[in-house]
Amino acid sequence: MNVTINNRTLEASPGETILEVAARAAISIPTLCHMEGLPPTGACRMCVVEDMETGNLIPSCSQPAFDGMRINTHSPKALTARRTIVELLLANHPDDCLYCIRNGCCTLQGYSEELGVRQRRYNGERSTSDLDVSSPSIVRDPDKCILCGKCVRVCEEIQGVSAIDFQGRGSDTRIGCAFKEGLNVSSCINCGQCIMVCPTGALAEKDDTARVIAALRNPDITVVVQHAPAISVTIAEDFGMKPGTDIVDRMNGALRRMGFDYIFPTSFGADLTAIEEANELVERITSGGPLPLFTSCSPGWIKFMEEFYPDLVDNVSSCKSPQQMLGAVIKRVWTKEKNIDPRKVFHVSIMPCTAKKFECDRTGMRKGSVRDVDAVLTTREFIRMIKMFGIDLKLVTGEPADNPYGERSSAGKIFGVSGGVMEAAIRTAFHMLTGEDLPALEVKELRGFDGIKEVAVYIGDLELKAAVVSGLGNARKLLDRILSGEKTYHFVEIMTCPGGCIAGGGQPFTSDPQVIRSRMTALYSIDSAAPARTAHSNVSLKKLYNDHLEKPGSHAAHEMLHTVYARREVLK
Amino acid sequence: MGICQVKEIMSLHMDAGRDKLIPILQEVQKAEGFLSRESVELIGNHLKLPVSKIFGVATFYNQFRFEPVGRFHIQICRGTACHVKGSAPILESLVKELDVQPGRTTKDGLFSLEVVACIGACGLAPVIAVNGEFHARVESAQIPEIIDLYRKKAV
Repeated sequence: MNVTINNRTLEASPGETILEVAARAAISIPTLCHMEGLPPTGACRMCVVEDMETGNLIPSCSQPAFDGMRINTHSPKALTARRTIVELLLANHPDDCLYCIRNGCCTLQGYSEELGVRQRRYNGERSTSDLDVSSPSIVRDPDKCILCGKCVRVCEEIQGVSAIDFQGRGSDTRIGCAFKEGLNVSSCINCGQCIMVCPTGALAEKDDTARVIAALRNPDITVVVQHAPAISVTIAEDFGMKPGTDIVDRMNGALRRMGFDYIFPTSFGADLTAIEEANELVERITSGGPLPLFTSCSPGWIKFMEEFYPDLVDNVSSCKSPQQMLGAVIKRVWTKEKNIDPRKVFHVSIMPCTAKKFECDRTGMRKGSVRDVDAVLTTREFIRMIKMFGIDLKLVTGEPADNPYGERSSAGKIFGVSGGVMEAAIRTAFHMLTGEDLPALEVKELRGFDGIKEVAVYIGDLELKAAVVSGLGNARKLLDRILSGEKTYHFVEIMTCPGGCIAGGGQPFTSDPQVIRSRMTALYSIDSAAPARTAHSNVSLKKLYNDHLEKPGSHAAHEMLHTVYARREVLK
Repeated sequence: MGICQVKEIMSLHMDAGRDKLIPILQEVQKAEGFLSRESVELIGNHLKLPVSKIFGVATFYNQFRFEPVGRFHIQICRGTACHVKGSAPILESLVKELDVQPGRTTKDGLFSLEVVACIGACGLAPVIAVNGEFHARVESAQIPEIIDLYRKKAV
């Protein structure tokens, strides 16, 4: 069927909305509440377009196209309506754009600018809600909220958590946790997906840059940094380079110029995790369980499990995440070898994740009074710091990471995508069980953006059944199938964010799925070109075991690299 | 009174779905006098609804409260007749005098304030009711006096 949009005849398939047809024809219609892949709510009315037959304004996000329709997306009437909506949203908005964390990357600010709003025509009563700073990961400022409802939807429909919802009515409507409590006592898993969809500064990461800068300026402190696998393929896009460009060396150069004393890739920690986890898998398979073994790298999933599926605590791998493994090795082994007082080392970790800020505070993530990780910066905070320090990432010279933990296999690099942790662990488990390498070293079925992926890998006589899930709403579906006995697996990887860390809650804002896809492609091309593709081929890691950890799963390894989980009582 | 009673209410709604949320909330409030956290969590477990959702639904309606009522429960009518006769400044004085928002209970537990849509006494407008005792044709200047009356009763 055909529809006419802005005098151009376009083909539309049944069920397709006007917004979708227009987008294919390179016509961008503004919207504040539309969410790709979820049914429309039509809440914000920004996407209204004029029906040229009737002169009515219709919401293009929820109106399916029909044959013979004549639409003008940017008619004077539609533009006036949109401008008025923005003006009304601004009527009670705090005028603090210059001080706002979203200054320059705010959807509302962008539309205000695009639609030519130049004065405050409506002056409403400003709301004076309390800032919620109770969470170690997320700051909520209800005054800046425009009630689009995207955070509520992502929390409920994508993550299956429902920590926040609408409350009150009419002009008193707010979004918040049950009983107006802080996020810290709610079921919030700190994933930060709400921040990713928020069109304003109502939701943001807890900013830890000041603490890091203070450490960098303190001459008595040695600042050691680790950067997660997803960071090097992400930050380029924010500095005008092609999305998905791997700039790990230039990033190291930038970090040194900023004053970080030692730089290690988290992928070293990921190699360590792959080995410990593969060992745990092999042990559980040979000694009879408990199975399935669930991965434990994603701190959002861990908190989710402790809240909603506490009966699974014994099934979840006791391995710490790569961040915490490397943190423990740096603070407990490296400082000893270097003869540095661990109390004088400040360890910063750069993560695509807001939940990592929560994770580093968990019990067991320290030895005595010495924390394994002192501060976690999200990718966004790191980008802000690079800009603040005036470093031109396009021109800075590439430098290698430091030794001895600068070496990584590409198995530790693909931890950044959904399916990567499992693929890395299977490569090593295969070697542990057969003494040989996995043919072609790849498990293609585990790759891609599908919410639930399944595979059976033959290791000798063993048929290893595995599943990979990303997005905790999908995890709920799979867990319920496992608990009902409908499905049985040996090994299940769960990542909190849809697609894995490349789409984490600490990543730069993008509404383009192609950008996130390019980050995934980048990690897999690093892997296919890498000389060392298995965690167990990492030579520095072998040395770490020989000198300090004996062997995978040893008492020393457990002491340093493993942790425990427990049922968590929250408002849920 | 208490959680046992709430459990009893649940047992009367064994196979209830989310469409039974409001009737259950009403029954629980009738039994408990308000909606406690424990009971909201119990209802959530029973209906498989997150507490944030239940709190959202309950705060949408004026009838639900989350604190026990005070010893003196003040209902102020904000219906049409009372509004025309000036109930808005009366509510304002009550909020000021008691230092409490509608739907809440004073810290000493003495007074709770509820806004009702129409109390059915339009002939007496504007009207407030304290524990069912009606005060007719109230003026906002009288509010401190009326409150004082009950404060004295409390001692």
